[in-house]
Parts: sequence; structure tokens; C-alpha cells
Amino acid sequence: MQFAFTEDQLLFRDTVAEFFANECPPEKVRWSWDDAVGRDASTWAALAEMGVIGLTVPEAFGGMGMNEIDLLPILTEAGRYAYPAPLVETVAVVAPLLAESAPAAIAEKWLPGIADGSVIATVQLDGQPFVNDMHIANLLVAQRDDRLFAVPADKVRSTQQVSVDGARRLFAVEWDEADAELIASGDAALQAVNRAFDRGAAATAALLIGLSEQMIAMTVAYVVDRKQFGVPIGSFQAVKHHLADAELKVSFARPAVWAAAYGLATGSDDVDREVSMAKCFASDAAEVVARKALQTHGAIGYTTEHDLHFWLKRSWALASSWGDALWHRRRVAHLLLDN
Amino acid sequence: MDLNFTPAEEAFRAEARAWLEANVPVGLPSGDTAEGFALHVEWEKKLFDARWSVVSWPEEYGGRGASLWEWIIFEEEYYRAGGPQRVTQNGIFLLAPTIFEFGTPEQKERFLPAMAAADDLWCQGWSEPDAGSDLAGIKSRAARDDERGGWVINGQKTWTTRGAFCNWVFGLFRTDPDAARHSGMTYLLVPLDAPGVTVRGVERLDGDEGFAEVFFDDVFVSDDLVLGGVNEGWGVAMATASSERGLTLRSPGRFCAAADRLVDLWKRQNAAGEHAERVAAMRDDVAQSWMEAEAYRLATLADVTGLVKGVSQGARSSLTKIYWSELDVNLNETALRLLGPAAELIETSPDAVDGGAWMKGFEFALSGPIYAGTNEIQRNVVAERVLGLPRK
Repeated sequence: MQFAFTEDQLLFRDTVAEFFANECPPEKVRWSWDDAVGRDASTWAALAEMGVIGLTVPEAFGGMGMNEIDLLPILTEAGRYAYPAPLVETVAVVAPLLAESAPAAIAEKWLPGIADGSVIATVQLDGQPFVNDMHIANLLVAQRDDRLFAVPADKVRSTQQVSVDGARRLFAVEWDEADAELIASGDAALQAVNRAFDRGAAATAALLIGLSEQMIAMTVAYVVDRKQFGVPIGSFQAVKHHLADAELKVSFARPAVWAAAYGLATGSDDVDREVSMAKCFASDAAEVVARKALQTHGAIGYTTEHDLHFWLKRSWALASSWGDALWHRRRVAHLLLDN
Repeated sequence: MDLNFTPAEEAFRAEARAWLEANVPVGLPSGDTAEGFALHVEWEKKLFDARWSVVSWPEEYGGRGASLWEWIIFEEEYYRAGGPQRVTQNGIFLLAPTIFEFGTPEQKERFLPAMAAADDLWCQGWSEPDAGSDLAGIKSRAARDDERGGWVINGQKTWTTRGAFCNWVFGLFRTDPDAARHSGMTYLLVPLDAPGVTVRGVERLDGDEGFAEVFFDDVFVSDDLVLGGVNEGWGVAMATASSERGLTLRSPGRFCAAADRLVDLWKRQNAAGEHAERVAAMRDDVAQSWMEAEAYRLATLADVTGLVKGVSQGARSSLTKIYWSELDVNLNETALRLLGPAAELIETSPDAVDGGAWMKGFEFALSGPIYAGTNEIQRNVVAERVLGLPRK
């Protein structure tokens, strides 16, 4: 029994964290709100150079051939820095899906490009109304009933939506089967969809852990600094208890997310339950932490001049993406109760 | 990362499971009444005879030298088999770690085997009428008696769990009244049959005489009953307090077993076909309670991985205490809501579901956020010592 990451995994994570600290400061997040495209190709290329983008691509296709236990701590760092780019879609979902489920020709066509950073992939499964980052993607992997398709981005007609998180880019999409290549159909497709959904949910849970940790860190810094009645507001018990509650939520969601990573990487029999518990707890935690962070910041947190709102709004968006807490709790209920 | 136990650990599990399944008593009454306590002590002695009472202790004191992982496994199996809460727990889980850390060789020899065998039964003496959350405000005094070579105690302890049935109490007493608040206290071990000790049982919320007040009137204890240094009791007591808050008192096994029973209760209610709307409406809450127990198990696996490598929990043990105590309340409350109108029936009622165990469990769980340092105090500890907020 060893419920912890290896030294190598932690070192890789720390290297990526340092990269984000330099390359994705809050000003970059603010830029992605204001800029029409809002995506920085050079950061993506540098992450590809570091092996992050090709992390889940098999070595035969130029990737690192690693799994979710390696990936999820890195996504936690991406969440901490609110990095605006489709890491979940490309790295956590599409690359392993193509590697496991696509015919060789399709895998060979797209996977080397994902690994070297030249192909950005996004995804739409049943129940997901909108697609992330269609505007910069080269490839859309999409479900249509019991079939999965690879659709080149230039064959996709998209209508941009507007998220509360101004750094997100969401699109309603349309495409024709004549322009798409079939990845899988029938049971094979549905199994691939289920695994893809689990991977997207667990990866998003990891982002939410990082977002939550950062909101707590920002709030701690604020309440230590901010004085009222002649003392730091962090000395007031009401403020302490808000923050303790926030820390409590994250502390017991985090191990659930690591367990989901382990379940995905090892093909656990209970992986659906493990993933749904992780996303349920991470979504709930982020929502509580966001509330506590805003309340404790007070009026300054209620402005868009302060950076906090980038994290609040990302948390709201991701808490309900890839299944919200309610959806995942019901899935766990089904798995526990209906047999 | 590897979430599998080794073959040797699984063999340990199999041995524990086989013995427990054959020996765990069915339908013991509450251990917090005089007659129930006696039956529980019998069970504890049976555990000891088969060397299952203190698995993690060294063999010379009656244990098996089990690793932390094996202890976690034992606890899982103990509660899975339906084992009752341990009436010896204040001794074996709270005092024993303190004796292992601070005790003299003579104290270890004298107290540990008798504790493992349930011959000595220990209760704790922390709270006083005017010192609860503010534990450093205790007033019970132990005055030096050089002539007899010991200390003379006067004062009162309260909320002493199972104090009416035990024969020893451990706790803090003020030995230097002029010292600063956190200094001048000494950790003493006191026989409850010593002249001058009066114990008065107090009926708890659940109707059992589980509490006691302990009065000390010129009670003499000899120097060999001082645990740790004179006037160093606060540091010694804090070692015990963190055991109570953290891992040792509340292994995940108990909560996971309760969560599995809750799932089973839901299925039985569902199969019975009555109150269909209520049963359907409770699905999410049952799942949530089950997940909270599972989250506690996972967090414990992570903590133990750290402990095995020598990384202590430190102030994070306060997070642990808040979490298990609140999940325990939520879980039992969920069961009561599932039972609806049947929830109020207690163990002496002929038609009580599961022998009234859920109301009993609920009432017991409600003590969790209060004892071992209230959850308000724990939240202060988290804010100040985990997150670094200013004390003042």
C-alpha cells in the first residue's frame, strides 16, 4: 500500500508548476478574457516540448506513454494557475481514446501531431451541449448515438457561446458524417465513450482541486493582510471557520481524485464509482471554497478588478462540466443501490 | 502509487476475519451501563486471550507487533464482523501511546499488559466544571507531599466516559499554581479505589450512565504514578489529544462498516416496498454518506502512507477529527430520515428496526463534534496552524 506519488511524479509536477508560475500569471488569464482568440500558441508548444501535451500518447507515436497517475497532479497545477487551454480535452480524453479505440490509420494520422503540439483536439460526447476551444482545434472527436467519429476541424460549423468564465471558448457545433472518419461503433464505441467520460470527469476534478487550493491561498493572504478594527480580519473566529471549512472540503476531495487517477490507470473494476465520487467531491468542494473565498474577501472580491473572479468563474464552469455533483452522486447511488 | 495490500497483509486479514467471524458476540447491550460494561469486558478478555486486543503493540505487552497497515486492516475486519465499540478504548488508544512515549520501563511493565488484558480499565480525566474547551484552565490541584513521596489531589473532573465502571483515571492536575497557564500541570495516573475518590455516574443524552463526575478529596498518589515530567503534563497530554483527534481512536473501519449497513438498510426498505417515495428520495443522501466514509478511508490511506515514512499529521489531525465526527452524524441522520416514523423507536421497543441501533448511533455520533476538543476549537486549530491565520 502506497497512496502517494513517486519522487519522479512529484518532480515532473513541480517542473510544470514552475512553468505555469512564469508563463501563466494572472495577467495572462486576464489577457485570455480580453483577446478574441485568447489562446497562447507558444505556451502550448512549450508544454509539448516538456512532454505534457504528449503525456498520454503512446511512445510509438512520439508521446510519453504515461497514465492518469502522472497526469492528474499536473492538471491540478493547471487549475491552480487557471491555465486557459484544452488540456482535459486533448491530453486527458482524446489522446488515450485514439490510442485505445481508433483504427491504426486514424491513430497514426492524429497522435504524432498531438504529441508534438501541432494538433489540438477537442471532444463532444452525448450530454455535452457545447465544445471547448473549437476555434483553435484541428480535430473534433464526437459521439453520434453509438458511433464515434473523428471530424477535421475545417469541416465543423460552429456558433460561439458566451460562458460566465470569459477565458473559456464554447461552441455549438454541426458536422456531416460524410466529412468524418468512423473511430468505433456499437458496444466498442459506447465503452470508449464511457472511458472517455470518466477520464474527462477525473481530469476536471483535478483542475478543480488546483483551483480550490489557489482560492484558499489567495484568501489566506488577503485575510492576513486586511485589517479592520485594528487587527487582521483573519484573527476573527468567523473568518477562521470559513477558511477551515474550505480546507476541510478540499482535504477530503483530494484523496478521492487520486484514487480515481489510480482506478483509471490500473483499470479498476470500480472505476466508474471512483471517478464519480472524485468529481462529485471536487465539484462540491470548489463551490464551497468559491463561496467562502468571495464572502471572506468582501466587496473587493465582488469586482472584476481583483483577480479572484477568474478562479470563481472557472470553478463554477468546471463544477458543472463533465457531470456536476448531482449527476455523479446519482451515478454512485445507482452503482451502490441498484444491484 | 499502489493501493493493494501485500500477500502477508492479506493473510493477516484472512486470519483476523476468520477469528472475528467465529467469535464476535451478537447483540451485546450498550457498554455504557453497569451490566453491559461487564459483558463487554468479558469480550475484551476474549480478544486478549486470542491476542487480538492490541494488535499493534509489541508482543511482550500482549500485542502482535502489527504494522500500521495491519492495524487498519484489523479495524476494518473488526467492524465488518459487527464488533462492538471497544470499552477499553480510552486506555488502549489514548493512554497507551502516551505510556509508550513517556512512560518509564517500570510503568510500561506495570500498566500495559494489564490494560491489554482488560484487567485495568481506564477512563480519562480532562474536563472540569470550569474547564472544557479551555483545557488549560483546569483547577484541580495536586500538592507536593515530600514525606510520603507523592502528590495530594483535590478537585473535580467531569464528563468522564465510563468513569462509573473503570478502576483507573488518567488526567491533568495543577502542580504549580504560580506557573503560567500551560505550565505547572502534571499528568497523573490515579486508582479510582484510592481513599478520597468519589465517582458519581451521570446519565447521558442516550439514557446510559456513560458519564461520571470524579471528586478528589485529599487523594494521595505516589511519585511512580507521574507520567512524564513534573510540571510537563501539558506536552504529555497534547500527545494524547492528537491521538484522540487523529487516527488512533477513529480508524475508518467503523465508518465504512456503518456506511455499508446504511446501504443495506436502504435496500431492505426498498425491497419492503413501503414508503416508496421516501426511499426513492433518500438515494442521493445514502450515496453521499457512503462516499463520505469512503473519503475518510482514502484520506487515512494517504495519511498512513505518510506516517509510515515518518511524516506526522501535525495539526492536520484536527481536519481528521472534524471530518469523522461530522460524517458520523450525517450517516446516522440519513438512516433516521430513511426510517421516517420508525426512527424514534429505541432499543427497548419491540418493533425497533435493527434493534434501535440507528437512534443509538445517532445519539452517540452527536457527541463526536463535542468531545476530544469541540469542532469549533478544531476549526480554530486548522485556521491557525494549518493555514497560518493569526491567533489574535
